[in-house]
Amino acid sequence: MEQFLHQIINGISLGSIYALVALGYTMVYGIIKLINFAHCDIYMIGAYVGYFCMTFLGIGFVPSLLAAMAVCTVLGVTIEKIAYKPLRNATRIAVLITAIGVSLFLEYGTMFFVKAQVRSYPPLTGLLAKTLQLGNISVPMLQVLILAITIILMLLLQFVVNKTKIGKAMRAVSMDQDAAELMGINVDTTISFTFALGSALAGAAGILVGVYYNSINPLMGVLPGLKSFVAAVFGGIGIIPGAMIGGYIIGIVEVLISGYINSMYRDAFVFAILILILILKPAGLLGKNTREKV
Amino acid sequence: MKKLAETMRNTKSWTKLLLLVLTYVIIQLLILFGIIQDFQQITLTTICINIILAVSLNLITGFTGQFSLGHAGFMSIGAYTCALITMRMPTIPGFILGLVAGAVAAAVVGILVGLPTLRLRGDYLAIATLGMSEIIRIVFLNLNITNGAAGLSGIPQFVNWPWLFVFTAGTILLIVNFLKSSHGRACISIREDEIAAEAMGINTTKYKVTAFAIGAFCAGIAGALYASYFFFIKPTTFNFQKSVDVLVMVVLGGMGSVSGSVLAAILLALISTFLQSFSELRMVIYSLILIIIMIFRPQGLMGSKELSLSMLSKLGSKFSFRKGRV
Repeated sequence: MEQFLHQIINGISLGSIYALVALGYTMVYGIIKLINFAHCDIYMIGAYVGYFCMTFLGIGFVPSLLAAMAVCTVLGVTIEKIAYKPLRNATRIAVLITAIGVSLFLEYGTMFFVKAQVRSYPPLTGLLAKTLQLGNISVPMLQVLILAITIILMLLLQFVVNKTKIGKAMRAVSMDQDAAELMGINVDTTISFTFALGSALAGAAGILVGVYYNSINPLMGVLPGLKSFVAAVFGGIGIIPGAMIGGYIIGIVEVLISGYINSMYRDAFVFAILILILILKPAGLLGKNTREKV
Repeated sequence: MKKLAETMRNTKSWTKLLLLVLTYVIIQLLILFGIIQDFQQITLTTICINIILAVSLNLITGFTGQFSLGHAGFMSIGAYTCALITMRMPTIPGFILGLVAGAVAAAVVGILVGLPTLRLRGDYLAIATLGMSEIIRIVFLNLNITNGAAGLSGIPQFVNWPWLFVFTAGTILLIVNFLKSSHGRACISIREDEIAAEAMGINTTKYKVTAFAIGAFCAGIAGALYASYFFFIKPTTFNFQKSVDVLVMVVLGGMGSVSGSVLAAILLALISTFLQSFSELRMVIYSLILIIIMIFRPQGLMGSKELSLSMLSKLGSKFSFRKGRV
């Protein structure tokens, strides 16, 4: 039982990271119907920015987190402006292939500059290195921190999307781009803002995964990126609460499978879940089935 | 008149056959005289395998319009099946058996995966095929018979230029002739407009699965050739990167152009030979090619045009006409 609770706590930590990345996928897909393959590499860049801040600049965890989020925001918006904006009216396959290109460019460009070796984060100090005693299970403060930061960021995101003017514009554009434009919404700004939000969350996830697993490399984003996308599809792509729920479910399932069945097969299970979901309920857990129009 | 057209068609196919035989003989002679040495033969093999992969993926993605990111998965099935069979039967018939078994196994998996997933469209299909090829890779990584992450080594080597030529030319002929048939036209109509094709009475699922199975079959052959030539395979050889490599060839050559795929496969194999010692730079260049092509020439080098003999002769007459005027 104790071990099971431990696994669940580990699953929640992992799920928080998946959920943060999945939010970016789901928002971008919701607004321009693009699987942003480069998103997982923005997460990787976030981890590297955090690493450089904490190792070479020697600044604390929270300023590094903010720095990683800021750099990723700028990067995300730049990618959108350079690579995706010229293709606004192109076929979806063309944009998807561009996204794969951007993803490879970020991965191997990073590898070219920082080399392929695995790097490890500096050890945490102070409060973060302690553990929290809850009854007879001990929870590292780090996991509490990951959960807290994730929840804060998600609440902020919910606030931005539901209560502010730009959030309203985002929802309008994702519903009907042409009608939104006719209502005087600046579609380009709204799309850039969506990329900015998603990239900031990915940057935060990157630095969190860096301190959690303590090792980063230029290709670290590929598998978590795919699994986060699975999480987004699982919850219903384009739906923000869906991505959160999907992220936590995928995280917990993955940890339970590696704990109780076979850790080598955990990725295969996640992809099997994806294929099952796509076949049984393509709209996802919270999605509604829409009829196809001719 | 009718007779004339028939003779013309006959001469055309004869010229094509002649060109094919000429290509074979010239390269065979170059190998015999030692002008193409072992090192260049590796490039030659890579080119042939790339052509098979690119042309077969073009059938799925370029002509039928089904975006697949799982070609490496089919390739790995062919490679592992052929390797396991030839390691137990290290003879020529054993190799042929392994090759056929590999291709058939890939096609069977293609059908099994295709039947449910081909109902999905566009990028959902891409993600499902990507997931499928990852599952295949993870299974090979964990089975005992495939020796896990270390992979299989010491696979008997049978592949040489005649084998490569037969299978490369065979794949191109198979796919070109398939596309000329009514089945091929049905596949193209699905790409143009799936709903309209369905309304015209085309069984879209059947043709999508057919294209998928033929593509997987050819990828299986490519994998078998790869295993037998390089006599060493491991699961990471067939990762997501490999699928993207093939996709780059199809996109660069032009989705919907067989000759474009062939050209792009040759071009990219040469580029990667030159950049062999800088693997990171190679991927950076690949990715830039992808982005730049998509932004400036989304239809690829050839678009949906084919490089044909009549096109060449037209080009030739244009030049001679100009000369004549000067």
